[in-house]
Amino acid sequence: MIGGMRREALINLAVLAGLVAVPLWALAVDEPFTITLATRVAILALAAVGLNIALGLGGLVSLGHAVFFGIGGYAMGILAHHAQTYTAVAEWPMLIEGTKSMPVIWLVAVVASALAALVIGVLSLRTSGVYFIMITLAFGQMFFYFAISWSAYGGEDGLSIYVRNGFPGLNTLVPIQFFGLCFAILCAVLWLNARLMRSPFGLALNAARQVPVRVETVGLNPVRLKLVAFVISGAITGLAGALFADLNRFVSPTMFSWQFSGEIIILVILGGVGRLFGPVVGAAVFVVLEHWLGGLTEFWLIWLGVILLVIVLFARGGLVGLLAGRSVAHD
Amino acid sequence: MSSILIIEQVLNGLQFGVMLFLMAAGLTLIFGVMGLINLAHGSLYMVGAFAAAAVAAATGSFLLALGAALAVAAAVGAVVEVAVIRRLYATDHLDQVLATFALILIFSEGTRYLFGSFPLYLDIPDALSGPVTLPGGIQYPLYRLALIGVGLAVAVGLWLLIERTRVGIRIRAGENDREMIAALGVDISKLYTLVFALGAALAGLAGALVGAIQSVQVGMGEPVLILAFVVIVIGGIGSIKGAFVGAILVGLTDTLGGIFLPEFFKLFMEPAAGTQVGASLASMAIYILMSVVLVWRPTGLFGARA
Amino acid sequence: MTEPVLETRGITKRFGALTASEDVSLDLRAGEIHAVIGPNGAGKSTLIQQICGLMRPDAGQVWLGGAEVTRLEAAARARAGLGRTFQVSQLAMEDTVLQNALLGALGAATRPWRFFGAALRDAELRDRAEAALAQVGLGDVAAVRCADLSHGQRRQLEVAVALTLGPRAFVMDEPMAGLGAEGSKRMTGFLSELRGTAPILLVEHDMDAVFALADRISVLVYGRIIATGTVAEIRADRAVREAYLGEQV
Repeated sequence: MIGGMRREALINLAVLAGLVAVPLWALAVDEPFTITLATRVAILALAAVGLNIALGLGGLVSLGHAVFFGIGGYAMGILAHHAQTYTAVAEWPMLIEGTKSMPVIWLVAVVASALAALVIGVLSLRTSGVYFIMITLAFGQMFFYFAISWSAYGGEDGLSIYVRNGFPGLNTLVPIQFFGLCFAILCAVLWLNARLMRSPFGLALNAARQVPVRVETVGLNPVRLKLVAFVISGAITGLAGALFADLNRFVSPTMFSWQFSGEIIILVILGGVGRLFGPVVGAAVFVVLEHWLGGLTEFWLIWLGVILLVIVLFARGGLVGLLAGRSVAHD
Repeated sequence: MSSILIIEQVLNGLQFGVMLFLMAAGLTLIFGVMGLINLAHGSLYMVGAFAAAAVAAATGSFLLALGAALAVAAAVGAVVEVAVIRRLYATDHLDQVLATFALILIFSEGTRYLFGSFPLYLDIPDALSGPVTLPGGIQYPLYRLALIGVGLAVAVGLWLLIERTRVGIRIRAGENDREMIAALGVDISKLYTLVFALGAALAGLAGALVGAIQSVQVGMGEPVLILAFVVIVIGGIGSIKGAFVGAILVGLTDTLGGIFLPEFFKLFMEPAAGTQVGASLASMAIYILMSVVLVWRPTGLFGARA
Repeated sequence: MTEPVLETRGITKRFGALTASEDVSLDLRAGEIHAVIGPNGAGKSTLIQQICGLMRPDAGQVWLGGAEVTRLEAAARARAGLGRTFQVSQLAMEDTVLQNALLGALGAATRPWRFFGAALRDAELRDRAEAALAQVGLGDVAAVRCADLSHGQRRQLEVAVALTLGPRAFVMDEPMAGLGAEGSKRMTGFLSELRGTAPILLVEHDMDAVFALADRISVLVYGRIIATGTVAEIRADRAVREAYLGEQV
């Protein structure tokens, strides 16, 4: 058991080191596209870390997490759009102006997606199991179609932002600096996530996933625990959405698409459910596959499908599970 | 707004509803009997549509095309059940979601590989083309009317199958008590393959029928799949009756909402803004309907109480 | 006479034509073990569900520590001092023994909304959990994963989790289930002492254990209590012999 834990810790360290080394190497040999790919890994990993709190810890199979990713994206898109057109977001009941400041955008993204997660969570957690899956999926579609019909912000075409938003003291237009920012956020969230897993809340949530009736008979409310997990989860995925929008300088309804909800789950599963670094490994493997298989064949998604089937049918622990052995109790 | 328009839209809603029912019936049966959530059901819809389009292009016969849609979708369904799906019955919902999501990727990209990215077209047969005059002088496309007829006929047929036949007794037994029917000597794995193929055939039929009024293209199945999920969540998972009521409700809400909500908001808002708000709300109407049903009854209208 | 710690007053529950509980009144007093016995299908599980708040009676009341709790959820009853064990162990199998016990301590402290500090470093929680584990004799295996415990150890852990709550009353659903002769004997000795901590409402099939432990016995048949009394009284009761022991022997 101790061996498995130490091995997992080593793997985690290696993953982080790799995620830093690759863009630094790319910087040295002047391959900015590779830096962009690494940034993409960091951001997708962040989205999946968010989902993993609901899915891995809380056991909530949410097929609608694209909602929060999209809300984060549109928070950036709307604020930056108003800033670049010098118009107000709202004039009533108070004047709200657009902004190009990342910290403000992030705050709005986190708060908005947390609120959405609260509302969706309260409704969806009235049900469980397969109903929960379908309902979260349906909420995803609801936001998707809403974004399409919302012509004020580009409707189906989405919104383009001409210049990447700013962060005090950094030049975010330089790829390696933007990567550093995303990587730092990912590390901070991973650290908070590690604390969360060991905290009283994490302990209770972990039990609520496994034996809800036991949690109830020690005087705790398993549904409320899961709801809070869902809100935290949605907020983190929302933050990832804001960063993703800034990476592409573009938002569109596809950020809300249910395929994307499916993809974030795939990231978590590829790496290993409930593992701290599972989402990071999953995101790295996904982006590499996308890039490498996508270069080999136009139909690379077939191969992604086959790999996914093999993992589901034969390798339940994901890649971290294969490398580190069966999961160990936290701490 | 004229009553003719209203009746026309109600018929459109019904037509949409019965086609959703063809999808939802298979989904709900598969969930009810095998406990499986099948995201790849939309792929079978697409397979049916492509099979029909290919056969129609080769033979020119719409009936042969429909037959091909049923046969190919059922066969593909049976093969997939034996190769992949039956390994998922004992696993949790997460695995089912992932594996069937993987199947979507394989089916969609495989179809694109075979047929290319451009949509195919399936023509309405001559005998069913053109409008027909209904009592009251309403002109309505005959083909859409035929779709309503086919959908209702399938609903009745399915009801008879489940309530009145030996296979139906086994299906109902399978929903209630798996061990029992295995103990009674029914070959449960054959029954499962049969149910899955039946669901697949219904999805394929829907794909072919709808393919003639829309285009046949990769990815056509997923929007319908998600609507079918909404239908069975509203109706109660596992209930055929629920699937029927849910499908009609969703079909009518979606169609009528798209027409009337913009008109409604124009009554007290500026026309442009009213249309905008109405259209936005209409695009979300069925999901709002679903939320309301769930708050009221978390297991759907006809679902077993948890 | 002191006021009962736990009491049901005329609990009735019907499922269609079937009456699972009919006017069931029983009480649990400080320091005693009150056993509820009855043939399969007598409605013991339904009764427990209603006492613990996982099912609501059609009529009647449940009182705990002098307050009515009929309308409280299971979690609220647990907080009010009801410690429950399950017939089939309900434990977080992926977690360690200590983590399972900590969960109980967490419930007792009603403070799960802490997201940062490590649960294992919380001295108050940990003391409480470790004390309960020591009391049931699981102190040595605190770091073992629950899935790796023997069946008997899981039964002990069930009791330990309930103990961490510091309950006013225990409700135990067949704690002897699946234990061998040796295990039953050890559990019997343990429960006998435990009644000093808090009284136990004991639903049990193992008659040797019941006759060895119970201060009072209530006999449930077809949802009704046909007799309540001491072991000697129940052994001598004619209705019980006919309805229950007659069937068994």
